Amino acid sequence: MDLDPLILSRIQFAFVISFHILFPSFTVGLACWIAVLEGLWLGTGKALYRSLSEFWTKIFAISFGMGVVSGIVMTYQFGTNWSRWSDIVGNVLGPLIQYEVVTAFFLEAAFLGILLFGRDRVPRAAHFAAACLVALGTVLSSFWILSANSWMHTPAGAEFRDGQFFVTDWWQVVFNPSFPYRLVHMLTAMFLTTGFVVAGISAFYLLTRRFIEHARVGLGMALGIITILAPLQVFLGDLHGLNTLEHQPAKIAAMEGHWEGGPRAPLILFAIPDAEAEKNHLELAIPGLSSIILTHELEGKVPGLKQFPADERPNPLILFFTFRIMVGIGLLMVTVALIHLVLRFTGKLYTTEWFHRLLVACMPAGFVAILAGWFTTEIGRQPWVVYGMVRTAEGVTPALTTGAVLTSLIVFVVVYTIIYGAGTYYLIRLLRIGPSIPEDEYAPMAKQEALRPKRPLSLPGESIEPAE
Amino acid sequence: MEGSLLTLAWVGIVGFAVFMYVLMDGFDLGIGILYPFAPSEESRDVMMNTVAPVWDFNETWLILGGAGLFAAFPIAYAVVLPAMYLPLLLMLIALIFRGVAFEFRFKARTSRHWWNKAFFLGSLLATFAQGVVLGTFIQGIEVEGRNFAGTMLDWLTPFSLFCGLALIAGYALLGCTWLIWRTIGILQDWCYRVARRLLVAVLVMVAVVSLWTPFLEPAIAARWFAMPNILLLSPVPLLTAALAFGLWRALDEGSDVLPFAFSMGLFALSYLGLAVSLWPMLIPPSITIWQAAAPPETQVFLLIGMAFLIPTILVYTAYSYWVFRGKVTGAFGYH
Ligand code: HDD
Ligand code: HEM
Ligand code: HEM
Repeated sequence: MDLDPLILSRIQFAFVISFHILFPSFTVGLACWIAVLEGLWLGTGKALYRSLSEFWTKIFAISFGMGVVSGIVMTYQFGTNWSRWSDIVGNVLGPLIQYEVVTAFFLEAAFLGILLFGRDRVPRAAHFAAACLVALGTVLSSFWILSANSWMHTPAGAEFRDGQFFVTDWWQVVFNPSFPYRLVHMLTAMFLTTGFVVAGISAFYLLTRRFIEHARVGLGMALGIITILAPLQVFLGDLHGLNTLEHQPAKIAAMEGHWEGGPRAPLILFAIPDAEAEKNHLELAIPGLSSIILTHELEGKVPGLKQFPADERPNPLILFFTFRIMVGIGLLMVTVALIHLVLRFTGKLYTTEWFHRLLVACMPAGFVAILAGWFTTEIGRQPWVVYGMVRTAEGVTPALTTGAVLTSLIVFVVVYTIIYGAGTYYLIRLLRIGPSIPEDEYAPMAKQEALRPKRPLSLPGESIEPAE
Repeated sequence: MEGSLLTLAWVGIVGFAVFMYVLMDGFDLGIGILYPFAPSEESRDVMMNTVAPVWDFNETWLILGGAGLFAAFPIAYAVVLPAMYLPLLLMLIALIFRGVAFEFRFKARTSRHWWNKAFFLGSLLATFAQGVVLGTFIQGIEVEGRNFAGTMLDWLTPFSLFCGLALIAGYALLGCTWLIWRTIGILQDWCYRVARRLLVAVLVMVAVVSLWTPFLEPAIAARWFAMPNILLLSPVPLLTAALAFGLWRALDEGSDVLPFAFSMGLFALSYLGLAVSLWPMLIPPSITIWQAAAPPETQVFLLIGMAFLIPTILVYTAYSYWVFRGKVTGAFGYH
């Protein structure tokens, strides 16, 4: 493989977007959860909810900040490295991104200030409203960006002439065939990811016997969400797969590791697909099951990679494994949900230590599944950037030099490592310190209010690093 | 004709977004530039807190400018961004450090000085890079067909570097006058003093850039110095002088808000002057706004939404600035 600007731009794109997506994956769900907590605090006046919300808001602020700065990189990435692509699809995708900015980003950014700093400056209801609007902004943001991304997988409502796309029907562009599936599957994934983080932290507090009250509320709510969403996610994933089968059969063939395809296709549990030899090594399979899953009948025909010209096949080795990682984690999540149900009904949910340890271990699960899923989706689209119409190689900026992209790639890797390291460090410290404990359940923290900041920066316990 | 009215509307919107960005992120980048020179660590806290609730919002205008270009003038986006590859990289990296410094600094104690540095250098370099981008844009971009045809180092000229320095002075002035408005005591006194020096620096640099620009491109010289134009356009430099004078007076009189208003006025005029110089080029010297415009179906689809959304955004911007109105003495709580 030569280090040409194309391959370097691809690596760079994959790197910066994978980094970016980690933050929305967590903050979308968290924003919604904070809004719920604020609502509960407004409704019940229980100081515990407010203290939980304040705690998670601090964590939200750090993650959100990193999401924003890495997101700005994305917006410019399109133009700098994929200028041909920008020109070709600009008429179609430009407006979707623009709508994301004006409906979502401004909303988030404007009310974020009030959510973080405005508690003492606006009425309680307005603070709650700000939390809701931030959450709404994050969801809208996902809506538009996923619409844009889905359009590249299943382009609709536009015609291609003179080297550019022109829109014929905006409704079809926005609600293109794979978009509804991708949107619900992704949103569910984000809520699951947040759920597992909250459950894991709460379990950690239970294990270390601190903040028991906070931990019980957090654990209960998070596991409730997980129990509803984990099975749903498997179902949605199946629907998404059927949609992909219809629109991108080569991707499905690669994900399933099928070379020949046809009826009575086996479900391959393990194999090492070999693109050169056009076959699998070390295959372990259940006969007929793949046909049943994908077509719901034994005689149903499934696609095989050999039906497609060699230069129109995605990389089977990567897809086979990333897909299995995602599905494996999906099944793991369902298992956690089931164990939780058993423990809840036998009344042992808050005392079973091995389960709490399991939850702590599962904290990264959502992030890994989301990355694996996106790698499946995006690498499965190759060699196309707009499926079936424009190749990725046609999208790259012609004037780019290897030196320039290599510089930017290295700079991004170094800088992101530093930022990510520091961010994780501060997050862990925050989690160690934990929420502030409300003095009295029903007296809404009057004392703290009085202490509250004319100069809070010097309040003891505000800094999370040890003093020297 | 219908098509071209639409295009004009889009020039207006993108121009407005970029201008809003320059004003709003301008003052918070300016604060970052002044940051290490502030009289005490306590004033540094205050400085940061005057912008902590709004910086993210201010930066969103940058995304609007970028995305607006992508949507309404895709070809400009496709040509201009590769031409600026390295300065943009510098800007993005600087903005990353500046952005996370807001969050990290308050969480840190032993490592706080690192985030102070990140905040200062991030602001300084982001501003410099933006000035370089501006300079590169004015001096012109080589285009062939629908692509940028120059090299990765075309941006590197004395003119563009000078524009980088000029913008540093400009943003510092905005930031300084913002602080005069929003703070009191020793920090405010310090700002009154610094503002004067910055004003002088800005005026000198604006003058140099204004004289230099016509020599870069004969077309620009022709536009400014041809007969009816020179009369029509002469108010621009005259107004600039008047505003500068007003700003000086306001500093003398110890006014709170006028200095900031006058500095914004100075920016508005420089922006206007620039627009006049370049009109109707979107990518000087070869691509006009008419050639770069996206087809009408794209522009209309977007315009419908913008007609409602931009006013809405302005309303809640006003609201969130209003919530955090008044002098800042400590922090806003939460950290
Ligand atoms: C918590 C995260 C998570 C979990 C547990 C799952 N997924 Fe998933 N999946 C995603 C997160 C995700 C994702 C990151 O959100 C993707 C990437 C792109 C997309 O639309 O969603 C995705 C894509 C994706 C695709 C690719 C569609 C395409 O590229 O066209 C398929 C077929 C599935 N999923 C199927 C499943 C199945 C059958 C699962 C359960 C057993 C499953 N997913 C669990
Ligand atoms: C958020 C999760 C996403 C992840 C993890 C992701 C990951 C990837 C990866 C790994 C590639 C490289 C594929 C390859 O080169 O073999 C890629 C390509 C690409 N993706 Fe995504 N992607 C995501 C979302 C998006 C979105 C939302 C868009 C646009 C709206 C997008 C646009 C592109 C484009 C234009 C390419 C082409 C460049 C290339 O093929 O390398 N991606 N993505
Ligand atoms: C390549 C495509 C992408 C681009 C150009 C992009 C751009 C951006 C930008 C500029 C921001 C900062 C917004 C602000 O200032 O508030 C941001 C944040 C965000 N993005 Fe992305 N993004 C991309 C991919 C994605 C994907 C795939 C998702 C989710 C499915 C997503 C969801 C979000 C969310 C929810 C935020 C809010 C900030 C946060 O929670 O961290 N983005 N994005």
